Amino acid sequence: MLHKHLNPRWREIKIKRFMLCNEAIARGSLEAGLDFATGYPGTPSSEVIDTLSTYHDRNFYVEWSVNEKVALENAIGASWCGLRSICVMKHVGLNVAADPFMSLAYTGVKGGLVVLSADDPFPHSSQNEQDSRRYAHAAKIPCLDPSTPQEAKDMVKYAFCLSERHEIPVMLRPTTRICHARSDIEIDDIPKESRIGKFAKDPKRWVLVPAHAKELHKKLNKKQGKIIEDLSSTPFNYSMNRGETAIISSGVASAYLRELIPDGVSFMKIGTYPIDLRKLKAFTERHKKILVIEELDPVLEEAVRMVSSSEIIGKMTGDVPLGGELNLNIVHDILEKNGISPKIRYEERDPEEGLPKRPPSLCAGCMHQPTLYAIEEVFKGDIYPSDIGCYTLSAHAIDTCLCMGSSVSIGSGISHCEERNVVVTIGDSTFMHTGIPGLINAAYNDAKMVLVILDNRTTAMTGHQPTPGTGENISGTCKELSLEAICRACGADLVETVDPYDFVAMKEALHRAKAKHGVRVIIARHPCAIIEKKRKGEEIPFEIDVKRCTKCGDCLDYGCPAIELYDIKPIINDLCNGCGICSVLCSSGAIIRREGR
Amino acid sequence: MSFDLVIVGVGGQGTILSARIIGEACIIEGRHVISAETHGMAQRGGSVENHVRIDGNLGPLVPIGGADMLISLEPLEAIRYGHYLKKDGILISNTVPIVPPTVYRAGTLYPDTDSLLLSKFNHAKICNANILATEAGNVLAANIVLIGLASPHLPFEEENLIEGIRRSVPPKTMEINMRAFELGKIHNEEMC
Ligand code: SF4
Ligand code: SF4
Repeated sequence: MLHKHLNPRWREIKIKRFMLCNEAIARGSLEAGLDFATGYPGTPSSEVIDTLSTYHDRNFYVEWSVNEKVALENAIGASWCGLRSICVMKHVGLNVAADPFMSLAYTGVKGGLVVLSADDPFPHSSQNEQDSRRYAHAAKIPCLDPSTPQEAKDMVKYAFCLSERHEIPVMLRPTTRICHARSDIEIDDIPKESRIGKFAKDPKRWVLVPAHAKELHKKLNKKQGKIIEDLSSTPFNYSMNRGETAIISSGVASAYLRELIPDGVSFMKIGTYPIDLRKLKAFTERHKKILVIEELDPVLEEAVRMVSSSEIIGKMTGDVPLGGELNLNIVHDILEKNGISPKIRYEERDPEEGLPKRPPSLCAGCMHQPTLYAIEEVFKGDIYPSDIGCYTLSAHAIDTCLCMGSSVSIGSGISHCEERNVVVTIGDSTFMHTGIPGLINAAYNDAKMVLVILDNRTTAMTGHQPTPGTGENISGTCKELSLEAICRACGADLVETVDPYDFVAMKEALHRAKAKHGVRVIIARHPCAIIEKKRKGEEIPFEIDVKRCTKCGDCLDYGCPAIELYDIKPIINDLCNGCGICSVLCSSGAIIRREGR
Repeated sequence: MSFDLVIVGVGGQGTILSARIIGEACIIEGRHVISAETHGMAQRGGSVENHVRIDGNLGPLVPIGGADMLISLEPLEAIRYGHYLKKDGILISNTVPIVPPTVYRAGTLYPDTDSLLLSKFNHAKICNANILATEAGNVLAANIVLIGLASPHLPFEEENLIEGIRRSVPPKTMEINMRAFELGKIHNEEMC
């Protein structure tokens, strides 16, 4: 064998499983006696609730809520009844939940309440790189910042205890590289018994009117010292004094540093906030030069600067990047540039230049593509505000994408100032999330726009979670909410439903909407191609008859990943799911269904 | 020291499954492991990378110039991520191209990957994993063919790697996957 030096190290250990960190967080919550879980899907956080939903015969409650604000408020309700609750979201979801979040520390909680807000440095699957630690600080809520999946699991268990002990919500803030790391994780038992919720009236706490808020704020401020004391003694913070220079770090960056830091350089790892400033100060006083290496905002660095007069190197001196994520190579170079020689050296290797890119794209047969393509044809040169979902991957009819639900209101805003038509697109899940108030507002204020709801019957991008329009929730079948009825009730002047797989009908519906005035809603309804394939199996794919193909390129412009250019002619590859749209677009009739199977 | 492995391919090709098999083998042998997976947006037909650090107890990402092995389910992706390998690291790659749609839109060319794979890498073991997987019973088992091809160079007892496969794939596909593993392994022996 080639790598004999890597002998297995058999150790006596607890049972371990190879688990995704998000699964480990779900498991840790259950081991801590979780009673109640809510969330709205968002990468990189979705698998926590997904995992909880896979436990059958569960003695806890779990739901996909329609947005993060209602998710948090549901969890608050449970916590105020004394139940242990978790609310799971991604960092930008916390913006939606910010309203309850910012006041929650005042009232405090009864049953332990953990708010998981997953940050996304780089960002891999998000619209920004905001740092949830800032929110925790602003709300005076303690925050735990894991550096490995095992630590994340340990932290969530600790978070429930801390939360209950101080009657305060606790934030768990993993990042993408933690959430989506898979590792050997220690497993403990899940308690069998469950609590029964009981709401105890206490208006001085639960009714946050100004008179009560004043008192509660005082109490909240008083709690902080005791919380810091508790946090300070956890194994999530530690330090080693080894020389005149020190490195202070947090999160996944501290894992990279443990690998690279040479002997003779001191190290401090911070895993909990608020930071114990007294300890931090004592540590910094021992060192002449301090490097602060962390991802996202310089939260640690600001604290270090507050207590120390040593030479401090970090984001504020331009030595650590302010955006993006860190990795071993970047950390390696930061150390080297600052006179610390890393314990491991990596060979210099450069990526190959000029290779064709392979960005993510819509699936073959995705219902978004014909819808957006039809919009672009019928409303040529018009304005297309759009939203968050798979559809932003399309090359057609996407002019804006800011935040969940924003398409509708940005669209109506534009419609009040622009001559051109405004055609808004939004997914069904995103519409339910925060699109509805925008539609009410548009109708109320007499906007002139077309709203196309891309109803693919799921929350596709984050892993196909159910939506309120599908008649399914996390536990099975449920009431099916009608998008048509909702839109009518919101004041839409026209509501029409069409299947975008019928490309001609799709265009006709758009033409009819174009001819009318007011707020016009078209619901383009067809299940997500991935879901449909699972339910119905494979369709017979299409092929291109070379004799009839004139090489006009129309099918290639449509942008289905199943159609590729081979030499100089288009061919249809194995990805084809048989939706047949391209055969309608081909004016030479060269695209036909493959024969038999 | 960890044995660092990068598994790359195109979203939907099963890179996550390959990484899981390696991880399960680590659990069986009682070894630390940490891996980084690509989820979410990038999975939709994009280029995906999964990092696995065997005996690793630290950060999940393999450094550039630090990988002991690169397994690629698609040849262009092998070249794209080639810089992760150490100079004496080994490449295990499928030779069957998946042409990205950008080749048409940007008017670029899909490179001659067959010759690049051999010229760019000091140690390369390559095969048409799709043909071997089809021979085994299902083209979707191409990732398992590559695990078989990689197996003599992976720091595991073979039986534990096979148990890792068993734990990670649906039971009814195990027979096909076992054949795919063997075909990959035999292909390796033929190349040596
Ligand atoms: S997952 Fe569904 S909605 Fe998303 S691109 Fe694929 S087919 Fe379209
Ligand atoms: S029928 Fe045409 S448009 Fe539909 S998936 Fe196949 S190649 Fe793509």
